[in-house]
Amino acid sequence: MIDREQVLHVARLARLRLSDEEVERMSSELSTILDHIEKINELELDSVEPTSHVVEVENVLRADEPRESWPREQILELAPDAADGGFRVPSPGA
Amino acid sequence: MSDLGYLSAAQAAEQIRAGEVSADELWTLYRERAAADDLNAFLWVADEADGADDGPLAGVPLAVKDLFCVEGVPSYAGSRILEGYRPPYTATSVRKLRAAGAPVLGKTNMDEFAMGSSNENSGFGPVENPWDRERVPGGSSGGSAAAVAAGSAPWAIGTDTGGSIRQPAALCGIVGLKPTYGAVSRYGMIAFASSLDQAGPLTRDVTDAALLFRHMVGRDPCDSTSLEFPEEVALPSAERLDGVRFGVPPELTGEGIEDGVKTVFDEALAKIEDLGGELEEVALPHSPHGISAYYVIAPAEASANLSRYDGVRFGTRATDGDLLSMYEETREAGFGDEVKRRIMLGTYALSSGYYEAYYGRAQRVRTKIADDFREAFAKVDLIVTPTSPTVAFKLGERTDDPLAMYLSDAFTVPMPLAGIPAISIPGGLADGLPVGIQLAGPAFSENRILDAAYALEQAIGFEEGPWRDA
Repeated sequence: MIDREQVLHVARLARLRLSDEEVERMSSELSTILDHIEKINELELDSVEPTSHVVEVENVLRADEPRESWPREQILELAPDAADGGFRVPSPGA
Repeated sequence: MSDLGYLSAAQAAEQIRAGEVSADELWTLYRERAAADDLNAFLWVADEADGADDGPLAGVPLAVKDLFCVEGVPSYAGSRILEGYRPPYTATSVRKLRAAGAPVLGKTNMDEFAMGSSNENSGFGPVENPWDRERVPGGSSGGSAAAVAAGSAPWAIGTDTGGSIRQPAALCGIVGLKPTYGAVSRYGMIAFASSLDQAGPLTRDVTDAALLFRHMVGRDPCDSTSLEFPEEVALPSAERLDGVRFGVPPELTGEGIEDGVKTVFDEALAKIEDLGGELEEVALPHSPHGISAYYVIAPAEASANLSRYDGVRFGTRATDGDLLSMYEETREAGFGDEVKRRIMLGTYALSSGYYEAYYGRAQRVRTKIADDFREAFAKVDLIVTPTSPTVAFKLGERTDDPLAMYLSDAFTVPMPLAGIPAISIPGGLADGLPVGIQLAGPAFSENRILDAAYALEQAIGFEEGPWRDA
């Protein structure tokens, strides 16, 4: 069960602002989904190694050679608000 | 329908090269059909053809799932938060296919950030299934599947994270191949769950899938998880299945399957035996836990991948105040319900105090699922299951029940968790709607899978499809 307070805490961590209606719905939906997921608790897994990557690969290295980066103007054109050669954002406030 | 539109992509490529078919005429035919698409399968259609003139795929237009970045072309991954984004670069797989001659026909609709099994989570409206317009095409590559099934594209590419190529291919009566993890570069694919995402073909037949896949594979310095494909991708030619051992896992062929799907599946098993294949029961005891592991791992990775959408560098921005408000407002306005749900689920699973209970355990289940397949492939060559437990469901039928929607992926999530390849081919119809048959094999066994799928395809002789009436 994931309650209203937990939903609000996780939403803050995820930088999501949820409406009251969304908080209620999220609490009920996430609880249902987590109940299903928790069936994996039936499994004995203590001696099992976790898998984060399925295919065996070594670290991939390349020569550290300088190369052109993206032209600054081209990247700034994609930004919602660019100024003085950078990304402009609102003040972090108090 | 014109003779030109009846040609498979491989036939069209061959006839263009032989000078029997004009690339311009083929482009015009599909350009017009894509522009006239009324299934909402396309989000953008090209004005002019752009592939190389002399490659092996020269002149055969390609529909591209919206999450592949194409330089200068709208690439939103089906999300309003990326509205207006035209990337400065092109995904490696698209670049390679263009270099082989395939011009980009258009960008296809999809569930937002590939999160969905019905295409109803698109920020740009759902796609209709061309077999029955009141039903979903499947997802998340629903636009690609619907476009190919409807004949508005000769072939398409999509991506599969938990079934997003195979399930829509099954529900639309076409072929879809999810390759081995690492076989195709992920560079330029807008990321959902990086340890699972793979690009692959959606096509009318198995030969087209092999031909398209052949030009997608290969190691790419821009994706350090990509690998050199160990052999040439061959065009399939097998007519028989003598001596090929097919594993039938009770966990993925029993419970929850609609009667009509079960009937088509049993007929496919009989055809495998007619062709000389051997059927054997194999156990995949942890696969019923696949959905649980998947819906922890994929949302966890997504919650990290989607943190980049903050209104600063690209896409849309909404703001009513300070910096924190800008992040929150932008994400509130730009993301749809399912994306928010998965970000919440993933953030929760990774949060302090819950990490080991959810993410840690899910990664261990993933190991067990991969081990199950390894043990099975010591006894059999391929595994055969239905692709989806049901035929295409009605639009709106599962939108209020996220868990029911997740469970529709039960037969397709175990393979990406294990990184192995699998194909879905049409097996026949149940109540007039297509049923997909899935064949899975060990890592890098695509040639074997394609050959077996081809032999089975010939035996099944599925020749129907809305594209015939386009």
